[in-house]
Amino acid sequence: MFETFIAPFSTNPFMAKALLAGFLVSVACGIVGTLIVLRGLAFIGDALAHGVLPGVAMAMILGIPGILGAAVGALAMIAGIGFITRRSNLSTDTAIGLLFVGMLALGVAIVSRSHAFSGDLVRILFGEILGIRSVEILLQVVSTALIAGCVAIFRRPFLLLCFSPEQAQTSGYSPRRYHGMMLLLIALTVVVSFRTVGTLLVFGMLLAPAASAALFSRKLSTMMAFAALIGSVSTYAGLLASYHFNLAAGASITLVASLAFFGLLVARHMSQSHSARVHP
Amino acid sequence: MSSGKKAHATVKAEALSIGYPGEMVLEGLQFELAPGRILALVGSNGSGKTTLLKTLAGLLPPVSGGMEILGGPPLACPARVAYLGQFHPSSFMLPLRVVDVVRMARFARHGLLGRLAKEDEQAVQSAMGVTGIAPLAEAPLNTLSGGQRQKVFLAQTFAREADLILLDEPAANLDTPARKAYRSHIRRLAEAGTSIIVATHDLDEAAEYDLTMLLARKVVAFGPCRDILTPETLLATFGIAGTYQEGRIVIVEREHGHGACGHGHEGPCDAQPRASPGARQPPCLPP
Repeated sequence: MFETFIAPFSTNPFMAKALLAGFLVSVACGIVGTLIVLRGLAFIGDALAHGVLPGVAMAMILGIPGILGAAVGALAMIAGIGFITRRSNLSTDTAIGLLFVGMLALGVAIVSRSHAFSGDLVRILFGEILGIRSVEILLQVVSTALIAGCVAIFRRPFLLLCFSPEQAQTSGYSPRRYHGMMLLLIALTVVVSFRTVGTLLVFGMLLAPAASAALFSRKLSTMMAFAALIGSVSTYAGLLASYHFNLAAGASITLVASLAFFGLLVARHMSQSHSARVHP
Repeated sequence: MSSGKKAHATVKAEALSIGYPGEMVLEGLQFELAPGRILALVGSNGSGKTTLLKTLAGLLPPVSGGMEILGGPPLACPARVAYLGQFHPSSFMLPLRVVDVVRMARFARHGLLGRLAKEDEQAVQSAMGVTGIAPLAEAPLNTLSGGQRQKVFLAQTFAREADLILLDEPAANLDTPARKAYRSHIRRLAEAGTSIIVATHDLDEAAEYDLTMLLARKVVAFGPCRDILTPETLLATFGIAGTYQEGRIVIVEREHGHGACGHGHEGPCDAQPRASPGARQPPCLPP
């Protein structure tokens, strides 16, 4: 038992670091993912997760930290979506879609100029959780604390915004300001998490645990806590599966998180069916 | 909630024109609403009721002209103005209990971090009691019926204890006892000094209130309901040729559209006018 479930982390420092980094990503993604699910921002979250690609690729080529490039890419994405929706009659979805494919294509184009095209792209898309460094974990700690602090301070406008933007505005909280703040929090989460699970898989960690938590939560804070817990359990189980079955670590974590959603959905359905039979 | 007398009008509109970018809805509005008065906005779909309420709530900027809400610009005192819109599209899946939704009404009073006090909890419980949802306090919002949700949203509006309440078709989805309870409650609030503006399609309801504004992309008439419902204003507002007698519209002849046909069509039918027994019920004519 110990050999199977504990030893991989206690005997391999890189696994312990990966577990810690995964827990931090889970907490950040659980908090921000809850806002994404409730505010209906899944598409913009997906687009941001991919929008960082050209920034990261450019940073690699220029030899500067990838996180800076990711931040620039995310901010460019947010600004671009705002610009298109303000200056055209197109819906936000269309603006997001346009920038999504555009930024993804730009990222691939930039990476293709690199000598190790496929290796770089895979690293950006799927992360390097097993090669995470202490300084990156420290950055995760700071950013997760920042995200949790922001959500704690602005929980009222965020809740009102999820409930009804009109209610937020008539309660004295500018929907535009707090929507922008939500986007920045999503961007921050994506930027600091991409090294761990990659730009492609960070979206899975944003969405799957929060969607799972939404199935049985009655309060916003409970949903965030459940989402963080489900993400953390998925991280542990995913890393374990990766270790024992020689699977890609980032993909294993996200796969477990997605399977957890379907498992909980089926469990809820069965529980409701049972209740209906017992109390018709 | 206001209790004392106030010198200034709660709402004051001067040469106010409202609408959306590229679309003027109402022009040159000129009216005042004193504290403790209830104003009904009546008109067909698209007549400007919701646009006016949204403008007064500060959700839409005026196209031109001026308005004062509680002596200042809209949204200057969010804690003193409550607004209930028609739709809450995204609220259905939120993991919130009924009591949490009603509690949100008190956020405007306490900013980002101020703690809710005992008086806030009393206001929340009182509003839930008035609307009959106290037994559902712990129920998740997403398990309620449409009518129950509407009661929750009404409770949230009342829980703000505002000096001005703006209600956009609040009785939609409510059953008859709930409608009666809501109408009695807003009358009590008005007696305590709260000004209320209600968009409604129910002329019986409008007749209960102090003032009525008939809208049809313009102000057709403004004043006590019984005084302004003339054959001319009915025709201009609903396209109905009829008269208003003892709380009912007696239809004489249809002018255009499907109004007052009693067949549940769009357009003027939304006014829900009722023909008195024996009055000639016009056939359903094509527009």
